[in-house]
Amino acid sequence: MNSSPLIKVQNLEKTYRDDGEPTPALRGISFSVNNGEFVAIMGPSGCGKSTLLHILGFLDRQTEGAYEFEGRFMDSYTDEELAHVRNKKMGFVFQTFNLLPRLTVLENVKLPLLYSGIKESFWNEKAKQAIESVGLRHRMDHMSSKLSGGEKQRVAIARALVNDPQVIFADEPTGNLDSKSGQAVMSTIQKLNIEDKRTIILITHETYTAEHAQRVIRLLDGKVESDKPVDNRRKSNEFEK
Amino acid sequence: MILRYTLKTAISGLQTHKSRSLLTILGIVIGVAAIMIVMSLGQGAQNLILSEIESIGSKTIVVVPGRQPKGPSDIISTLITDSLKQRDLEALKIKSNVPHLDDIMPVVFGSDSVARGNETYRPTIFGMTDLFAKIYGVYPSEGRLFDNDEVKSYSDVVVLGSKVKDQLFGADDAVGEKVRIKGKNFRVIGVFGQKGQLSFMNVDEFIAMPYTTAQQYLFGIKYFNRIIVEADTEANVPQTVYDITATLRNSHNITDPTKDDFFIQTQAQAMETVGSITSIITLFLAAVAAISLVVGGIGIMNIMLVSVTERTREIGLRKALGATNKNILSQFLIEAIILTALGGFIGIALGTAVSFGASYVLTHFLNLAWLFSFPVFAAALGIGVSAVVGLVFGIYPAYRASRLSPTEALRHE
Repeated sequence: MNSSPLIKVQNLEKTYRDDGEPTPALRGISFSVNNGEFVAIMGPSGCGKSTLLHILGFLDRQTEGAYEFEGRFMDSYTDEELAHVRNKKMGFVFQTFNLLPRLTVLENVKLPLLYSGIKESFWNEKAKQAIESVGLRHRMDHMSSKLSGGEKQRVAIARALVNDPQVIFADEPTGNLDSKSGQAVMSTIQKLNIEDKRTIILITHETYTAEHAQRVIRLLDGKVESDKPVDNRRKSNEFEK
Repeated sequence: MILRYTLKTAISGLQTHKSRSLLTILGIVIGVAAIMIVMSLGQGAQNLILSEIESIGSKTIVVVPGRQPKGPSDIISTLITDSLKQRDLEALKIKSNVPHLDDIMPVVFGSDSVARGNETYRPTIFGMTDLFAKIYGVYPSEGRLFDNDEVKSYSDVVVLGSKVKDQLFGADDAVGEKVRIKGKNFRVIGVFGQKGQLSFMNVDEFIAMPYTTAQQYLFGIKYFNRIIVEADTEANVPQTVYDITATLRNSHNITDPTKDDFFIQTQAQAMETVGSITSIITLFLAAVAAISLVVGGIGIMNIMLVSVTERTREIGLRKALGATNKNILSQFLIEAIILTALGGFIGIALGTAVSFGASYVLTHFLNLAWLFSFPVFAAALGIGVSAVVGLVFGIYPAYRASRLSPTEALRHE
């Protein structure tokens, strides 16, 4: 539907200089992602996939190269604008869930709304909607620390959804889950792509998980090794049965 | 960011670490409580002293020998200066010199042992006239005070303070009995009722006798330690002070006012002096107490730094979800301010309770006319200072939190 891609990176490089010695993490990566696409990024650990996701998710800046989000170069954003885009247009799902244990499910999901500028009177409704969409209505007022891993990750997805973002970044979302919970989480994520037409960028090292995407980008040593569509895409309802 | 949620977050953060939070704010609690107690007791002491000065009477003028004291050594010199003599007394009594003078009484004092049989006691001995009763409103509860004739005739009569009487005579009758001072017998003609502290003397623990007798037989001096003058009306006090000054300068051949070898105290002046002295002492003590607030503030800073480290991941997460540096800064700052403000409130409550308890003890067990006063100023100061402490010592940890890079914060274990 869009002529220009949502995400476009060209010759992206990232070098860490923590202890004097420069460590390259990304060495010239180029690709683009269209609106509504579901892309999996794969690769062995240390290949730079998390670094790439952090840059794509506006959590970090590249050292060299160009990153355009919605046709605007990232370099032109101030830190405050980056925070605003993260809040409004991006959702994050982490391997370790990153829920605040002292808060209830509802409160955790409301967290992005705190920084959204949306009127407080709408918060409950929006958060409840997001929780319902991941099928956790019955857990709404539970403390998040009391949930199972799969439930926690679905709360995290609800939190990512609450501001109705265009793109969701998922960093090994099934990495800490048993296979059954992992399937439920992947089914939820795939539904966001197929039914809600959201763009998904997923990091994983499991081929099985990556096959839920339309396209897989493989990284090796900070470079793109391959960029191919998935031939036989897994559909979430296969697991639901 | 909505303030209510920041507050909620901060409060729930503090609740998870209840004992840690309480220990952290202890410094603030103690500091604010100390300020409250010092201010409250200072105010109470000031009121007490002022009310005692008031009891001297607003028409009373005290002439003190020596230079106006500028420091502690000057105060001692007023006790040994012999500049006030009989001829000054006579000069002041002349109606044309001091027309508004109603009454005049020289005072000498010193300390010596008083014995009755085997019992001895060392009270302050005051030589005076019968005007004492009129000026201070203190009359003997038994017997009588010496009269003017007895003053003129160097009579060896004494009137005892109630405690002196108890020490020497116990339950026995004292009036008509004899006591020995410096090997000389004195006849007890009266006993004062219990009265307590009265301006510069404790009536219960003193012995009064004619000043002539005290000068002659006890102290061997020809000068006075004080001359007390009563003006006819309160309105004439300033004029009388002026007249006394002129008369004494004339009598002492002083032309340069800076060389005055006496000075004059009035009730109004004394109240002013005492008020400013107690205010200075109170402020000084409050400043000392305020140091504990600084110490408390450092404790707050320390715990906030710990909290920032502990919650690095949370900070990273909040940033990933769209929190700006400003959001994070205000979150931690508000937390620090809540901590200190809480400490401030507890401190005020504690300080009030302790000051109230102290005033209760002072009034009920020491029979002082002590009024509890809630120092509104100190309370406001305590809250204000502790909030500032929270702000100042909270800024650094909050700034550190806000500058964390979201990726590093998220990676933090």
